[in-house]
Amino acid sequence: MPASDVAVQETASQSSTRRVVNDFSIQVATVNGSGSQTANLVLLRSIFQMGIPVSGKNLFPSNIAGLPTWYTIRANKDGWIGRKKEIDFLVAMNPETAKEDVLTLEAGAAVVYDEPLKLKELRGDLVFYPVPFDKLVAAVCPDAKLRRLVRNMIYDGILSRLLNADLGQMEKALRKQLGKKTKAIELNLNALKAGYEFASQSLEKRDPLWLEPMDKTGGKILVEGNAAGALGCVMAGCTVVAWYPITPSSSLPEAIIGYMRKYRTDKATGKATFAIVQAEDEIAALGMVLGASWAGARAMTSTSGPGVSLMSEFAGLSYYAEVPGVIFDIQRVGPSTGLPTRTAQGDITLAALNSHGDTKHVLLIPASVDECYQMAMDAFDLAERLQTLVFVMSDLDLGMNTWMSDPFPYPTKPIDRGKLLTPEAVKRMGGQFGRYMDIDGDGIPYRSIPGDGMPAYFARGSGHNARGQYSERPDDYQNNLDRLARKFETAKTMVPKPIVDEQPGAEIGFVAYGTSHWAVEESRDQLTRENGLKTSYLRLQAYPFTPELAAFIERHPRVYVIEQNRDAQMLSLMKIDLTPDLSARCRSVLHYNGLPIDARSITDDVLVQEGLKAPAAQRAVEFAGGSGVGGE
Amino acid sequence: MSVTTPQPGKKSNRIGLEMQPYRGGKTTLCAGCGHNAISERIIDAFFEMGVDPNQVIKLSGIGCSSKSPAYFLGGSHGFNAVHGRMPSVGTGAMLANRKMIAIGVSGDGDTGAIGIGQFVHLMRRNLPIVYIIEDNGCYGLTKGQFSPTADLGSKLKTGVVNDLPPIDTCALAIELGATFVARSFSGDKKQLLSILKASLSHRGTCMIDVLSPCVTFNDHDGSTKSYAYVKDHDEPLGEVSFVPFFEDISVEYDPGTSKEVTLHDGSRLYLKKVAEDYDPTDRITAMRLLHETSRRGEFATGVLYIEPDRDDFIELLNLVDEPLATLPLERIRPDKAALDEINESLR
Repeated sequence: MPASDVAVQETASQSSTRRVVNDFSIQVATVNGSGSQTANLVLLRSIFQMGIPVSGKNLFPSNIAGLPTWYTIRANKDGWIGRKKEIDFLVAMNPETAKEDVLTLEAGAAVVYDEPLKLKELRGDLVFYPVPFDKLVAAVCPDAKLRRLVRNMIYDGILSRLLNADLGQMEKALRKQLGKKTKAIELNLNALKAGYEFASQSLEKRDPLWLEPMDKTGGKILVEGNAAGALGCVMAGCTVVAWYPITPSSSLPEAIIGYMRKYRTDKATGKATFAIVQAEDEIAALGMVLGASWAGARAMTSTSGPGVSLMSEFAGLSYYAEVPGVIFDIQRVGPSTGLPTRTAQGDITLAALNSHGDTKHVLLIPASVDECYQMAMDAFDLAERLQTLVFVMSDLDLGMNTWMSDPFPYPTKPIDRGKLLTPEAVKRMGGQFGRYMDIDGDGIPYRSIPGDGMPAYFARGSGHNARGQYSERPDDYQNNLDRLARKFETAKTMVPKPIVDEQPGAEIGFVAYGTSHWAVEESRDQLTRENGLKTSYLRLQAYPFTPELAAFIERHPRVYVIEQNRDAQMLSLMKIDLTPDLSARCRSVLHYNGLPIDARSITDDVLVQEGLKAPAAQRAVEFAGGSGVGGE
Repeated sequence: MSVTTPQPGKKSNRIGLEMQPYRGGKTTLCAGCGHNAISERIIDAFFEMGVDPNQVIKLSGIGCSSKSPAYFLGGSHGFNAVHGRMPSVGTGAMLANRKMIAIGVSGDGDTGAIGIGQFVHLMRRNLPIVYIIEDNGCYGLTKGQFSPTADLGSKLKTGVVNDLPPIDTCALAIELGATFVARSFSGDKKQLLSILKASLSHRGTCMIDVLSPCVTFNDHDGSTKSYAYVKDHDEPLGEVSFVPFFEDISVEYDPGTSKEVTLHDGSRLYLKKVAEDYDPTDRITAMRLLHETSRRGEFATGVLYIEPDRDDFIELLNLVDEPLATLPLERIRPDKAALDEINESLR
């Protein structure tokens, strides 16, 4: 039976006149390395240009070419741009996963697929649009070698027609994406138009999904968290970067390199006002950062969980010798190598308590690309002010995916270099420099920097007294640790406070952090609309915790701490600080399958724990990134 | 060997400083430890070269050797890092402030075992640093276990025999790209001092392996790193003479018997040859010498290899002339027009 007949004969369950406007998800299933990224970004950008809130998430294998990859775009008129659990529109381009991709769809979803895959026979409750991709691409791309690269642009043309995405916006997005590559633009444009033409002539619209122009993205930008964090480091005046390649962190230092070369090369001399070193491993990367910070530079590294594990010994040295440093941790799934290309919030306790002995670190936790930018600057200021390591806890979802944001604001504050030794401070120390003396009562000592002409000191990880001299005396050791604890108390007055949205009369409080924020906000909306449940919400932005956290829990009989890890890591940290009474009010909502957390999962879990819904008999089969096809 | 540092003299050096700022704290190492003698030579070298202690950073890892930076140059900033990781800390520090003079002190375990990875990459980068291995072939601070430079067949006091071949840190350093490689003996005051002074005039990585017998755990008949063994098997490559750029060249050498190398700052290094064909600027000659002497159970000492002209890591990175650490805000924060341009590109 010819495919065109299939399309016409299809009697989908959704053939009614119901219209779903600007509220659906599109998933494109392709093969890694097939050039689908251009087509996907063009689709994302054209929806963005239509003024519709949108996000794009790349679900890719740990592989360079040949394994399945999925790109999910969510358009949502209300601005919910977290991951949506259900796929409404599938573009099935990958023969290897097409069957499973189709079988896991909810009834009523639409599928554009490569005709030879014969997916239509699999189910009767979906809307199928078969497309002869090979035939269409051959017609517009005579050079057989280039067809693979432009083939994907055809589905953009198909979707433009089927979803009513403005073809002019697609063309504009394509030109933006490809820049000055005229030949590539021409080829892709032809493919785009061929797809559009084919859909106009041969596909009858039978799904309810529509895009309509809105005005909700005016003035905004599209950017990945890693690029935003990189820009924050550049604006923070970072001068030394040492890093070791690791997914999903590498694009952050690589973005720094790009920005630094362009904007931080001395105009007069052509010389660099920065040093960037690809180190031999993560241990060396942090060693370089601490050496540079000790010598007065603003230095940072970026890594992921396995790198933080390696850095542990140096992290303790930073804490104890009081050498500043900034580490971006773009969290991925662990334990061990885990899933390098999937997201999690699994390094919270690792980072907070990193290294042996009584060691604690300051964490900043961005939830948005804007916060990646701002917190990069905060991190350097705090690291120097507190003379300690500061972790910026991003994750793969934030770091590597494309998010909307307001443009980055120009920093209004000068940088804070912290307590640098002055002759006046030496006088207050009794005339002799005491590197670890607490003359201000805030636990923060004064430091000198090599070459600054002030008295020198000997930084060491071994026991030392207030003057920085080697000491094994019990009182010296304990006094020093107590002062470090005081310094950590001081940190509480300096870290960003949680953001609280309190609903009067709400008995339920949510506590979340980082990228869970987007799903949490949407879940609160679902609970209000669908179940009449009011919730308050506290979003943590930092560790150590500030008094607002305990106060929030005190005002809510039941508090759900929502995290993307198995062991309720943030709640574990909270329980160190909270009274048993307040600890007992806290429950967990946990999500740890490697996919970004979604609102529906939170809503369902909360309803079950509230006794308003029966627990699911078993974990629902969810789209989970293919059939376990592996690769390092 | 004596544990006391030289008696304070009234003489001052060419920058007008007396010996005092070059001294450090009282050593806590064993009496007679070779490391103390090395500290004394470091003090002498920096004093005689007139290096301002304020412009020096001292770095080390962990172990007996790594304690020693506390015993010299008390007026300099010091950083006693974690075990085997001094190279990375030194790298970061020099990137932050290229004006500093870096001296790192490591041991044979700190370099050859836990720190071999960072050592390898430090040599490759040719970072400007004087990197000294105080090499006694054993772990002193943990009571005498073998290190990776312990010679094949050498014995612990307990009778345990080392049956793994040693790492020759000098051969490794030459292979990896260090541009000044020397070996000396803690008991050879004159040679060690000349080498240290010459290293202060070289720009790039100076790797100096100093055999330094452990008097407590490795100075017995079964050891190939004992005073007696090293004294008997030290094969000086020739007399090392060093003339700093600020001194008149009054030393005369017979052109047929010496090799002259002009260092970066104009100083000159004279190597009086024992072997007529020894050319310290030739990597293959140096490697051959190391292999031949080691086959005979001997240590060649002196400046083994020198490459005076290669760019160091700072130059490779094309850093501005001023220290990165103290650049003013306007040079390290792009202006608003730059940010506007970036925002525009993301629309």
